Amino acid sequence: MARFWAKQLANMAITLFAVSFLVFVLNELSPGDVVRKIIGPYATQDQVERVTQQMGLDRPVLVRYFEWMGNALRGDFGQSLIYKRPVAEVLWDRLGNTLLLAGVCFAIIVPFSVFLGVLAGMRERSWIDRSVSVFSSVCASIPEFAMGVFLLAIFVVGLGWLPGASPLRSGDGWPIWTQLVLPAMVVVLYDSGYLIAMIRTSMVEVMRQPFIRTAVLKGMDFKSVVLRHALRNALIAPFTVILLQINYLVAGLVVVEMVFAYPGFGRMMLEAALAKDIAVIEAGTLVAVFVTMMTQIVGDLGYRALDPRIRL
Amino acid sequence: MSETGHTAGQVAPVDTGAVGRVATTSVGRLLWNGLTISPIATLGGGIIVFWALMAVLAPVLAPYPPNQMDPMALVDPFPSATHWLGTDQLGRDMLSRIMWGARTVLIVAPVAVLGAAIIGTLLGLLSGYRGGIVDTIVMRVGDVLLAFPQIILYLIILAKFGASAFNIILVIAVTKAPIIARIVRAVTLDVKNRDYVAAARMRGESTLHILLVEILPNARGPLIVDFFLRLGYTTIAIGVLGFLGIGLPPPDPDWGGMIKESYGLIFVYPHMTLIPAAAVSSLVVGFNFLATGLREAALDD
Repeated sequence: MARFWAKQLANMAITLFAVSFLVFVLNELSPGDVVRKIIGPYATQDQVERVTQQMGLDRPVLVRYFEWMGNALRGDFGQSLIYKRPVAEVLWDRLGNTLLLAGVCFAIIVPFSVFLGVLAGMRERSWIDRSVSVFSSVCASIPEFAMGVFLLAIFVVGLGWLPGASPLRSGDGWPIWTQLVLPAMVVVLYDSGYLIAMIRTSMVEVMRQPFIRTAVLKGMDFKSVVLRHALRNALIAPFTVILLQINYLVAGLVVVEMVFAYPGFGRMMLEAALAKDIAVIEAGTLVAVFVTMMTQIVGDLGYRALDPRIRL
Repeated sequence: MSETGHTAGQVAPVDTGAVGRVATTSVGRLLWNGLTISPIATLGGGIIVFWALMAVLAPVLAPYPPNQMDPMALVDPFPSATHWLGTDQLGRDMLSRIMWGARTVLIVAPVAVLGAAIIGTLLGLLSGYRGGIVDTIVMRVGDVLLAFPQIILYLIILAKFGASAFNIILVIAVTKAPIIARIVRAVTLDVKNRDYVAAARMRGESTLHILLVEILPNARGPLIVDFFLRLGYTTIAIGVLGFLGIGLPPPDPDWGGMIKESYGLIFVYPHMTLIPAAAVSSLVVGFNFLATGLREAALDD
């Protein structure tokens, strides 16, 4: 167990190091660009050089990288160009908003997908299976921006039941919770489409196992077979994938956040990338990769805990 | 659908399981069986053929040049006898732009996926067959690439180097290659110690021959199913990039870009947004249905 953790943590440290270095070098190899971005396009070459020196950007990229990393380790990610605030502040703000949406979605996605996936997989190629499979395949096929547009046309333009934008301010007459409904609906449908298919496949395989046939043949009623024998086994394989959805829910919501003007982490990354706000890009990437690696480790651990055939 | 890029935004959970179990028959037979046995695959194939025809025939069939503005139509941009699907916010014919947009996505997506398949296949074969340090390096680099949430990688690279068809293809090929490499590596590890591979080695065949002629055909089934799934996800990714404003540069029609440009007008002119949204969704449905049907047919085999 100690060896497992040591290996995982070393692995994570190396990956974070590699990623942060890559992003840093990619963005800061030509420091002139950074300075231009700060003092504007009308500055003279002379001014650019002076500011470059003042900011210490004329030093080798390696030196600057380790300085940046030292600060980052103390939680100081520098100053954001576009938000005019410390990066850490913006980052935690936006991350908080995204986690709110992500939490709501995850709490719906998991039971919804497990229910439909098990329902479809327990009787392979029945009409329920067919319907659920087509439903999940279609859900997974409609890109978030298209799904967002469709739902917007129905619930906002057509019925007028929900707000079309989710800035998380209650000023416009829509309580905050109503602003979460449409973004969550898009994410839940899209992501469940994929998870249902996974869980269905796993369930189908479990239902073909001899121990299930034995249970049925010995006269156990079908409901108990599904709930007491099949369910637990069918959830072992998709467990990791279910956890991996957390990555998508934290770092991948940029499209939904753009559709509904939701002030989240993904939108921050897009705005930063478009404005070349390097300090934000670097910090955001680190956070995103960290979340990815953590869920992978937790997924691994959980998988081993669930399936006694696997030993550390 | 066990392994997938899913969205541009998601780190692909890599599990070669279900794709890897697909039986290995010839590519042609797999396609034929899938299309004839599974109604889902037939439907998916039909949708793809429809869009492919639209794309190929766009220069002949499209009623207007895709970027031509019709100022008169701006008075009433809704569908009419002159513009069957209406016009967009600049008075450009929607039908023509949708058809030319099909051309864009049906060129960029297959080229990108093919690029990923070639890079991934070669690296996977080499990595699985050679093992040792080659394997370690290839897999570690792949891990680092997969640790990036993909959408963030796209943002960084495309914002840095600019959005062009070439850069989009490159980014997609590079980010998807590690996943394909894992699928091929798993198959390679599985078969590399079989007798016929040993026999080929004994005959003195070159490594390249062994990799491409003896080992690669075993990965045909998984690869073809993966190819269509990945085409679907890549179509989504291209749409996402267009929607976020880092996709193919205007004015040439791109479905995601069309949605982005007309999105603010959805309360007044919903058709400008809904039509490209329906187009991109239907194409992805086509790819996913075909992949699902093919896998089912291959499992029955």
